[in-house]
Amino acid sequence: MNDATTMALSPETVLQHMKQNGVTDVVWLPDSETNWLYLLMKAEPSLRLIGVTREGHACSIAAGLHAGGRKPLILIQNTGMMESGDSIRGWLLGMNVPVVLMVGYRGWTRHGVNTDTAATYTERFLMAFGINYYLVENDADAPRISVAFEEAARTQRPVVVLVGDEYHGFNR
Amino acid sequence: MMHTAELLNVFAEHRGDAIVVPGRGGRHWVKLTTRETLDVPLGDPAMGGHAGFALGLALAQPDRRIVLFDSEGDILMSLGMLATIAEQAPANFYHFLLDNECYATTGGQPVPNAKAVAYDVLARGAGYPRAFAFTELVEFSRNLPGILAQPGPVFVALKVLPEVENAPIGRRSRWQTRTRDKVVQDLRVELGIGEAA
Repeated sequence: MNDATTMALSPETVLQHMKQNGVTDVVWLPDSETNWLYLLMKAEPSLRLIGVTREGHACSIAAGLHAGGRKPLILIQNTGMMESGDSIRGWLLGMNVPVVLMVGYRGWTRHGVNTDTAATYTERFLMAFGINYYLVENDADAPRISVAFEEAARTQRPVVVLVGDEYHGFNR
Repeated sequence: MMHTAELLNVFAEHRGDAIVVPGRGGRHWVKLTTRETLDVPLGDPAMGGHAGFALGLALAQPDRRIVLFDSEGDILMSLGMLATIAEQAPANFYHFLLDNECYATTGGQPVPNAKAVAYDVLARGAGYPRAFAFTELVEFSRNLPGILAQPGPVFVALKVLPEVENAPIGRRSRWQTRTRDKVVQDLRVELGIGEAA
């Protein structure tokens, strides 16, 4: 096992936290970090995958699933999250939907010297919307995923998990 | 062209115990309905999202018929949603589109290519197995029972007269009789998945 493996956020861990927290539906659009997770989710009979063509669609779908008694998770990238601003406002915050959004943190460098503006604006965007978030970089951080689920249920608000593991591990 | 209130009146006779998401027909539907707790009149949480919300409901409640009255301005913002709905293929989903060819709530400016877009063709091209289009109330009335007898997802494009609003938003009278929280809470109680306040 090398350092890259030990520092990774494995897709198996993410799936385990989804199941542990009772997720029934994953509303998602692929990003550069989620292919291995996709294969695992596809093979998991307790999950329904709902693919969208634009990330904002995930918000209204999640609102409908929640209203109908399901427990959705939204899985998108930070670029798509920023594209989804009005849907997050109206369909998640405005409808008090207690949903966790797992958001791929494209461009995350840990040290703030960004070469990708997707990373530059991600946390500023969340702060502007008043949405709480937790950063997860590897398996040791994974319990924060459950913290996010608990917080969403308690506050009846969306909570974000930023996945800062773009180049290894999460993608194997 | 049909008047939205008239076509909703026709639909009301066939509603049964369907959950109805009335979209931009909400102002008329709240006066027609006899099953308020199965209605989801949300107004406009964010434009373009009614179809997604109704899809989520349909997937969550597969034993209930879900009827959506979408608008062409909304669906033009979210054409990709048609592919998502077609892929999920909920058999309980009935997607009606109120096409007034304009943005009525902002003064009546035309939507792009207003008179030439064939929404039923778009839906069929996205993968809906059944799609229809009507411009006249008589034809719609005659065909509605047969349409509702078929499994979803079904798409029905309806040409309606615009009801243009020009008053500043702050001066418009509210047609909603319940808050969005109350609407969702009432529905969840009706479905046996929530508690009354």
